[in-house]
Amino acid sequence: MSGRHQRPDSGRIDRSAPLHFTFNGRRYQGYAGDTLASALLANGVKLIGRSFKYHRPRGIVSAGSEEPTGLVQLEIGGYTEPNLRATQIELYEGLITTTQNAWPSVEYDFGAVNNLFSKIFIAGFYYKTFMQPRSFWMRYYEPAIRRMAGMGRASREPDPDIYDRMNEHCDVLVVGAGPAGLAAAQAAARTGARVILADEQSEMGGNLLTENVKIDGRPGTDWLAHVVTELDSRDSVRLLPRTTVFGYYDYNYLCAVERCTDHLGPKGAPGHPRQRVWHIRAKQVVLATGAHERPLVFADNDKPGVMLAGSVRTYVNRFATLPGRNAVVFTNNDSAWSAAFDMADAGMAIAAIVDRRDTVRPALAERARERGIRILAGTVVTGVTGRRCVAGVEVARLASDGTGIAGGVEQIECDLVAMSGGWNPAVHLFCQSQGKLRYDDEKACFVPGRAAQKQYSAGSANGAFALADVLIEGFHAGISAVDAAGYGATANNVPPRADREETAPLRPLWLVPSTKTLGHGAKRFVDLQNDVTAADLLLAHREGLDSVEHVKRYTTSGMGTDQGKTSNVNTLAILAEAQIKTIPMLGVTTFRAPYTPVTYGALAGRDVGHLADPIRTTAIHRWHVEHGAAFEDVGQWKRPWFFPKPGEDMHQAVARETKAVRDGVGILDASTLGKIQIEGPDSAEFLNRIYTNAWKKLDVGRSRYGLMCREDGMVFDDGVTSRIGENSFLMTTTTGGAANVLDWLEEYLQTEWPTLKVYCTSVTEQWATISIAGPKSIDVMHEVAPGLDVSSERFPFMSFQEGTVAGVAARIFRISFTGEVSFEINVPSYYGLAVWEAVWAAGEKHGMTPYGTETMHVLRAEKGFIIVGQETDGTVTPIDLGMDWIVSKQKDFVGRRSLTRSESVRSDRKQLVGLLTEDPKEILPEGAQLVFDPSAPIPMPMCGHVTSSYWSPNCERSIALALVKGGLGKKGETVHAPLIGRTVRATIVDPVFFDPENKRRD
Amino acid sequence: MLLIQCPWCGPRDEIEFRCGGEAHIARPADPTALDDAQWADFLFMRTNPKGWHRERWYHGAGCRRWFNGIRSTITHEIVGFYKMGETPPPLPDRSPASPGPTR
Repeated sequence: MSGRHQRPDSGRIDRSAPLHFTFNGRRYQGYAGDTLASALLANGVKLIGRSFKYHRPRGIVSAGSEEPTGLVQLEIGGYTEPNLRATQIELYEGLITTTQNAWPSVEYDFGAVNNLFSKIFIAGFYYKTFMQPRSFWMRYYEPAIRRMAGMGRASREPDPDIYDRMNEHCDVLVVGAGPAGLAAAQAAARTGARVILADEQSEMGGNLLTENVKIDGRPGTDWLAHVVTELDSRDSVRLLPRTTVFGYYDYNYLCAVERCTDHLGPKGAPGHPRQRVWHIRAKQVVLATGAHERPLVFADNDKPGVMLAGSVRTYVNRFATLPGRNAVVFTNNDSAWSAAFDMADAGMAIAAIVDRRDTVRPALAERARERGIRILAGTVVTGVTGRRCVAGVEVARLASDGTGIAGGVEQIECDLVAMSGGWNPAVHLFCQSQGKLRYDDEKACFVPGRAAQKQYSAGSANGAFALADVLIEGFHAGISAVDAAGYGATANNVPPRADREETAPLRPLWLVPSTKTLGHGAKRFVDLQNDVTAADLLLAHREGLDSVEHVKRYTTSGMGTDQGKTSNVNTLAILAEAQIKTIPMLGVTTFRAPYTPVTYGALAGRDVGHLADPIRTTAIHRWHVEHGAAFEDVGQWKRPWFFPKPGEDMHQAVARETKAVRDGVGILDASTLGKIQIEGPDSAEFLNRIYTNAWKKLDVGRSRYGLMCREDGMVFDDGVTSRIGENSFLMTTTTGGAANVLDWLEEYLQTEWPTLKVYCTSVTEQWATISIAGPKSIDVMHEVAPGLDVSSERFPFMSFQEGTVAGVAARIFRISFTGEVSFEINVPSYYGLAVWEAVWAAGEKHGMTPYGTETMHVLRAEKGFIIVGQETDGTVTPIDLGMDWIVSKQKDFVGRRSLTRSESVRSDRKQLVGLLTEDPKEILPEGAQLVFDPSAPIPMPMCGHVTSSYWSPNCERSIALALVKGGLGKKGETVHAPLIGRTVRATIVDPVFFDPENKRRD
Repeated sequence: MLLIQCPWCGPRDEIEFRCGGEAHIARPADPTALDDAQWADFLFMRTNPKGWHRERWYHGAGCRRWFNGIRSTITHEIVGFYKMGETPPPLPDRSPASPGPTR
């Protein structure tokens, strides 16, 4: 453990709990409390992966969720997860992890040849390089690029873990448990308000774990322990460690992901959820999300061993880890000096502090001298040496105008560069909430301006970087939030205090000059994850891309899994300099959720597998299962599709079933049809306005087919509705449209015709519907309903009767979707299975055959009956369907006026026709496009498409329904369906293929 | 996600509702009296204001009632809901406000 402190009591790791892990097949040891990143650094592992585009060696840059390059593939098999930040993976015993994007190994990566061809991989290279020939993109370029420029790989196995979802309300949600968040939560919680404190790290405390500070006169970590204990003791407070608030939506609705058992490893907590997504509605929100340190943009600033100074400090103080033995600190502000002193005090050699500012605050200089640290003021790092990792730096004096170097270059040996370009408040959630940013010139960063929701920003998230200010801001944010949430202040609420340390202002240097001009020599990286350099940004500028959103997409700067947390402001500043504008004039790219990547598993929660969508089954479902039905999903319903006998395929089963219905009798479970009970004195008037045909004079006991249109005249739903009583109707709808139709009826009743006395109730699930069809269905009815006169004279087509079927009170409807004599027996669902079994027992000796939806479709297509949603697609009028016989000329109805619009009366609208293929054995594929002239040049003018197509056993040939332009006037003409490798000829015919005189149904 | 004050059920999450678009567009009493342009105006044309907007909402996963509301299309601020048939309250004479503190 060469990279650990010698002092055994330092840091937040537990040396009594050693943990073993594997990286790229090699075993290492760390301790409880380590992250994967700190354990790797402690073991001297600097090279973590290869970069996205150039396959350059990359290491760990930060210590937090902003990490751009330290990405690994965690675990194997079904548990594997790609692109995880090593800085956020808590170490556990047996952890297995590997490098991404390197072959054959991270040390010797073949893809690194890309670096030699880097002139090709410039900004917008996708658009420039792979354009010709066009056909090569799908076949060659894209697959090759995907292999080369990869991130990690998703598992191909099912996710073995379970995930949870929680809904929660609170008075104050505090995001971030650093000093500001803790002060806010403490102040708010003391009033008794319901407070949630969420923090993304394993341990609360934020920067208190990084810096050695004093609060209220005692060590910061003591204050931290005290506050956490106090909060934990309150029932009204919920502490959520390991929880990232990733989305901030309207009306203070926030989403957070809690990593419940990730830190225990894949099998560490059987039966417990791995992650939980919290959906939180907060009265008030305090954002104490901290700040991200900015890298400096200098030559070869991507080499493993170049790290953020504050993060080095975190490794040294929190993890007792030395990421190097001999460091150069490169900065433009005071914060990195404090980091340097902590590094030196931990036993690291500091070769030099290189500060671009000409003058150094005397107090800092004095503390450096005490530690024997060399100070290079007015100086910059112009290059980094070393093949795979940092071996030294080149430094030179900065010219007075800041754009070049003055004097010679000096070499300094080191194995670590700790850089600081200043700090960016983590304003991501603030911006997601639609808050407006303000640019602070003095701090050279964007800070929250006008908030758009009930929310306060506090601490370094608000641009207050000094601890004394952080604590006071946090405290006041907590007080203000809890006050706004309706709780008064309590007497014992006083803000925590820290000493104020003087600081000198930061001086930005967005692009650090080098010995060579930009674009020549070593690369100066802006976005480390996406391999975007300063030269790429300037090229994009020269090519005329001014908007930051365009530059982002053209160069890919700020994209990827980190979404530019470390690169965005540097990108903006370099673009602003190029455009001779100020940074706020450019604005920022849009911040979108999630703050850090969230797995699909967590977002799906428990809504997976059989819980993904409700499954609806009818009362008779068990019988279908027992009789070997193959099922089809219709909406959420499981419907029998066909009933294969042993050895039969679907085609044979459907052929047998369709013949059986026409020649004997078939039985179908029609329970899924939507059923709406319509009651009230104005029911007939209401139906008259909704349906295209007339309803007021329908006699009690009679049924009628109806078609509904939307107000634009397009067919919306259809079905048979029966008059049960003077003021009572039973409407049936399509299976999939039932809920929409009910909503539709309610909308018109409540918003257009509120004076109509009509009430609608869904009774779909209250009634089981057993349909028996075929010439022998009357024989079956005689047996199961002996008291019922089913003769056509007493029980005509399109009527219904109440009676007893198999001893159960039933409504029997004489309606037909097959063209055969047909009875639909409705009984309360509770009796559905019993009545079905009784009908089946009676029917078996008549050769009764159960049939499913496929046979139903064939039978109805033989008769030319439409299915809404198959023959129609929201652009088809009743006239287009040739159903003008059902459109009343005498009355108004919803959609009527639209049928006479100029668009609706065009003669070349697509209209419903039948198609007979020249070869009767040829079955057209449904959806096939149709043309009049197959010799027309490509792209051929298309004239329609096939909507339904089947083999018809009763017609002994194939049949099809189609929508064809002007089809109603083109009977007898030929259309062509160009398919792959051949073209099928077909003749346009009337869509009724079987029994056009309707002799069979009556 | 909006928090919508259903006049029948109280505050509920937006996912329980469906927005029905601009409110107070009555279906013409005699559609046949309208020419194509007038009918198209009723059928297709809606205002798209930047600011206060009267619109219809439907509590489909709750009481299944339709009602009207006034919402800012800029900030999503909702100033109030009223039942179908009630006289619409006047639009606020202020611009839509940000509920958060200003610095």
